[in-house]
Amino acid sequence: MSLLEVTNLGISFGGLRAVDEFNISIEEGELYGLIGPNGAGKTTVFNMLTGIYKPTDGKIFLDGTDITGKKTAEINKAGVARTFQNIRLFGDQSVLDNVKIGLHNSFKYGTATGIFRLPKFFNTEKKMDEKALEILSVFGLDKFADVLASNLPYGKQRQLEIARALATNPKLLLLDEPAAGMNPNETKDLMNTIALIRKEFGVTILLIEHDMKLVSGICEKLTVLNFGRVLSQGQTSTVLNDPEVIKAYLGE
Amino acid sequence: MKMEKLKKLTTGSNKSTTKLIATIAVIVILYAVMTILDATGSLTSLMKGLLVPVCAYSLVAVGLNLCVGYLGELSLGHAGFMCVGAFISAFFSKAFRGTIPDVPRFIIALVIGTFFAGLFGFLIAIPVLRLRGDYLAIVTLAFGEIIKNVINVLYVGIDGKGVHFSLKDMMALGMEPDGTVIVNGAQGITGTPRQSTFTIAVLLLIVAVIVTHNFVNSRTGRAVKAIRDNQIAAETVGLPITKYKLIAFTLSAAIAGVGGVLYAHNISSLTATTNTFGYNMSIMILVYVVLGGIGNFSGSIIAATLLILLPEMLRGLANYRMLIYSIVLIALMLFNWAPSILKWREEHGLKAIIKKKKEVQ
Repeated sequence: MSLLEVTNLGISFGGLRAVDEFNISIEEGELYGLIGPNGAGKTTVFNMLTGIYKPTDGKIFLDGTDITGKKTAEINKAGVARTFQNIRLFGDQSVLDNVKIGLHNSFKYGTATGIFRLPKFFNTEKKMDEKALEILSVFGLDKFADVLASNLPYGKQRQLEIARALATNPKLLLLDEPAAGMNPNETKDLMNTIALIRKEFGVTILLIEHDMKLVSGICEKLTVLNFGRVLSQGQTSTVLNDPEVIKAYLGE
Repeated sequence: MKMEKLKKLTTGSNKSTTKLIATIAVIVILYAVMTILDATGSLTSLMKGLLVPVCAYSLVAVGLNLCVGYLGELSLGHAGFMCVGAFISAFFSKAFRGTIPDVPRFIIALVIGTFFAGLFGFLIAIPVLRLRGDYLAIVTLAFGEIIKNVINVLYVGIDGKGVHFSLKDMMALGMEPDGTVIVNGAQGITGTPRQSTFTIAVLLLIVAVIVTHNFVNSRTGRAVKAIRDNQIAAETVGLPITKYKLIAFTLSAAIAGVGGVLYAHNISSLTATTNTFGYNMSIMILVYVVLGGIGNFSGSIIAATLLILLPEMLRGLANYRMLIYSIVLIALMLFNWAPSILKWREEHGLKAIIKKKKEVQ
């Protein structure tokens, strides 16, 4: 059984069929790419996978369990974490606190424990600090732990968003255009980071990307979307040489 | 290496502790000044009468600041929660006057008032906080008005047979001759034992500040702030949105309830008028919060103190006092948040002084 199994997924907004008959099967440990022209429905697929949109048709299975139509928070608990195309950090909180919010469901104490500052509060907070720093140091962000998230440079904000997603201990990580707005050097760094987190966290990754260098460089398999439908699917090299794909996406 | 980082982080959390100490220092200084003024006899009786209400409204402002500054939701009915706390605790105190000794009765009244204000906050928030947008402001506004108007026509009495309710008039209660009317419609509750002293009020205010500070800097508080900053991102990291919104709002309403209990046990005749618990008061409390700085608890307390005492201090100016009052409001608004003033405060404010002292040590 593959880690993520999506069958015939579809969604309509009124009369508009944004995504139709979307199928994908991702094995554990894979790095999978989802590409397609602007408006093809890639982010809509992500929004359905994470429960932000409720799909009109189809089923989503994560590790054999049906997660279709569940609430976003429950889907995260089941093991799906994501980043956003337009970065969504908790801007008024420190870099460390952003990651600690990601750790929210793995380290617990009650509201009353927090208000009365019982010993458990100090123990758990210390453990959270250590764990959060450990995750941050993978990205080299540990030296910014005290900085407000909104004060980080753009590239670092993207990395922090990935760090926060990883803090929720996901099986599947969805990255929505991680290289958007990055210069070639930053993109290269990002490719190294993605390779590193696969190794360190053993997480399966599905990413949306426009940067073909990045896609062909790291993705093992690809799915191409066009007008809400799957145009081509398979090994990266095969898909990128598909004449249909070249015609629709890369230009003739 | 790792130890160093952890140490650095503790200084990070010390920042918020310094803020808390500064807030408590502000309260203690205000308390000392007022006590000295009182002892030297330089306080008019009107001013003296305002000491406890100042603390009561400061408490409500702290509660509202938790809601506006940290939950990121606007409530226009915090005077309503204060009203619930006030009337329920006053009812209890009057009903059990003579049966329970003074001190435990006041403590129980405090607990009951706080609990019911929190309960009302919880019940209102259940349907409303599931929605996004300004619905909370609309519903709390209506709640504040409804609770005030219901109390104005509510008659409750106790006699040998038990408790009697009526929404018509006193006669409709149908009580035995030995019964006493406790809530008398628009005349409210009269003869509540006056137990709120300035010291108790200041102590409760300090407790509330510590509770809110600890709440905001705990796991739950982080989740609440995350929801405020970005609800969709908060959902995708697995936070149950409604649960945390409910917790924060209930706490906020409960703190307003504490303010109500204090207020009710300071006056002999408790009535629900527009100026005490109505819409006007809710807006005034919001003014304290906004002027003092959203998310800044000590600011709320300073703003509440200044704005409640100011009209009394200006009483000598007779007809011109409301004119001066509004000018002060505008001046406060302009100067409090001007960038140059903020910079000056950063360099010469209380926090900077504490920091300098630490560096010297």
